[in-house]
Amino acid sequence: MKHLLSIDDLGREGIDEVLSLAEQLVEPSGARDKASAFAGKTVATLFFESSTRTRVSFEMAALKLGARILELDVGTSSLNKGESIRDTSQTIAEMGVDALIVRHASAGVAQQIARWTDTTVVNAGDGSHQHPTQALLDCLTLRQELGRNDLNDVRVLFVGDFANSRVVRSSVQAFSALGADITVVASPTMHPSDMSVWPVTVSYDLDDVIGSQDVIYSLRPKTERLTSGAVMPSTREYIIRYCITLDRFARLGENVRIMDAGPVLRGVQMAAEVLDDPRCLVNRQVANGVPTRMAVLLTLLERSHHLPVALSQKGVDV
Amino acid sequence: MSELAIKGGRVVTATGTLAADVLVRDGVVVEVSPRLDAAEVLDASGCVVIPGLVDLHTHLRVPGREDAETIETGTRAAALGGYTAVMAMPNTEPAIDNVGIVRQIQKGAVDALCDVSVAASITVGREGKVLSPMAELAATGVQMFTDDGDCVQDGGLMRRAFKYARSVDVLLASHCEDASMSKGGHMHEGAVSSRLGIPAIPPDAEEVMVQREILLSRTTRGRLHLMHLSTARSVEMVRMAKAAGQVLTAEAAPHHFTLTDEAVRSFDPVFKVYPPLRSQADVDAVKAGLLDGTIDAIATDHAPHSQQHKELPFDQAPCGMLGLETALSLALSELDLPIERVVELMSSNPARIARLDADHGAIAVGRPANIAVVNVEERWQVDPTNLASKARNTPYAHREMKGRVRHTLLRGEVVVSEGKALR
Repeated sequence: MKHLLSIDDLGREGIDEVLSLAEQLVEPSGARDKASAFAGKTVATLFFESSTRTRVSFEMAALKLGARILELDVGTSSLNKGESIRDTSQTIAEMGVDALIVRHASAGVAQQIARWTDTTVVNAGDGSHQHPTQALLDCLTLRQELGRNDLNDVRVLFVGDFANSRVVRSSVQAFSALGADITVVASPTMHPSDMSVWPVTVSYDLDDVIGSQDVIYSLRPKTERLTSGAVMPSTREYIIRYCITLDRFARLGENVRIMDAGPVLRGVQMAAEVLDDPRCLVNRQVANGVPTRMAVLLTLLERSHHLPVALSQKGVDV
Repeated sequence: MSELAIKGGRVVTATGTLAADVLVRDGVVVEVSPRLDAAEVLDASGCVVIPGLVDLHTHLRVPGREDAETIETGTRAAALGGYTAVMAMPNTEPAIDNVGIVRQIQKGAVDALCDVSVAASITVGREGKVLSPMAELAATGVQMFTDDGDCVQDGGLMRRAFKYARSVDVLLASHCEDASMSKGGHMHEGAVSSRLGIPAIPPDAEEVMVQREILLSRTTRGRLHLMHLSTARSVEMVRMAKAAGQVLTAEAAPHHFTLTDEAVRSFDPVFKVYPPLRSQADVDAVKAGLLDGTIDAIATDHAPHSQQHKELPFDQAPCGMLGLETALSLALSELDLPIERVVELMSSNPARIARLDADHGAIAVGRPANIAVVNVEERWQVDPTNLASKARNTPYAHREMKGRVRHTLLRGEVVVSEGKALR
């Protein structure tokens, strides 16, 4: 497998493989083993959309593998002169990078770049489509919490703007591949019109479903969708219906976990106190970002690095 | 006096299909019967000889976007696709809303490889606020008015447009799109958009306007032609209106009976178009509409775009696909219709709708020789780098096609011979 563009690319086996490797890398000794795995390699980040966690996490992952980082500063690049994404990515690939980490506000850009260059492409988030490494670190977090490799019969609730969330699209796919029992709750104006293609139960009422879950995953609503009055009447109405308020949180059991990809709109997605509660896994998710992304890079690059050597040793013309 | 004989083919005339030769003298068909001869012979053996096709919906991009297509390249593409006439759409830069631009295009089309009719916009600048000078434009020969690319959003204005158009005896063609529903959307709203996370356009956006135009046309008795129908409900609404006795016409584009929204999974903007590629159920309904006469014509909506625009991210790329060079092959391969019905959908009906039926749409003695000779069995593959169009945005790249134009005659002049444009 050359690219990671979508959780689709992995399947259950692929997810397990990456997560097992990531688990080893969580341990300092495991990480040390791979500290020179990418010596001589260069990883380039093409972030056309803002990011704190994801970009730093990828850069850290590459550094811990011994790679060099090349960061495209979109603000000062020739994109400002009107250069196309195609020319930009091809130019960087031509200079000899081993992997392109791409984030863009438009769905499909990582896929387009994978068609235009010969380089390995990792999708760090494309519009509302996919954020596969986020889903993987989410799975790793639950693996650690629950102490097992599957999510069979684990009841997961996603709250918030499904239509506009790449996190939910990736994580629903990944959790479902691992056997989870998934419910999604939001206003119908925040659901895609056809939900039949998702392995989920759909609800419009948070209070109906919040009491019977093991994991509650909060999705961040885009501010303009709350304040325009065109999708939800108002932020206040969103809070009344879909915020994990202290009231709602108080009714939850001890074993419920709260997850969020971040950044979090405190007071809108959840009361501030919820974030600080020990049942909230957000910090663990962030920490898992680095070993997960190391595992992804190793899975994509290490094998293909070895393959030509093996062939040439057999006298095959490569 | 110049004479030419098209020999050895099956000729589709208005009164029947027969194995015959066609004799053309000074650009006019003078005889249709077996064993004719002339100094110049066009070999039609193994082919059908049909009236040249008429496209109700072609974007020639002149004036303003000559980087994507010109009158010369667009009409060459048309001729290679078997067309002898196209209706040029007015969403140019500037829009065709005044006599000066009509004249510019008419002059530019004097040496074109097919006849070019000019459509003008319903509103000035296609801004949807002020009616275009329809009478003045009709006097230059404009028969069809459309804000295509957009839809007149103001119902009151559209109602007045119908009334006014009726008094000038011109046709209003509607690109049906409620902008308040389609806003921000880039593909069909359905199972695929749900997975891909691309903001989507509900079919309602088209259907609400189809319903509006049908009603307004009925109450004002203004002539209506519905463009690029793409949803099952749109087809059903037209079927019901016709069954109730209303006179109106409708077209469908080849991409709406051959491609679905599944194609968008590649995120390749070559598949981005308005109306968007829809579900299989919609494709089936469009086909059924073509078969049962609900839809009167196949119109290409040929929409060239330069390469860099079709390589933008999907949500930024412009809408539109090429169509002139592949339409006939697709109709022959995908519709399972007798050739006579294909001729109705692609030649005689559109010729009548465009009021070009004096010169196009039929092979008969005394009429101009606007003819296509087509090998319906010939297989070929679409090579996007080998199209006559200046642009390359065909959604059918590398697709196997069945049916190919061998020769095209424009008023007796052989403009395409053995599949190659002669100029």
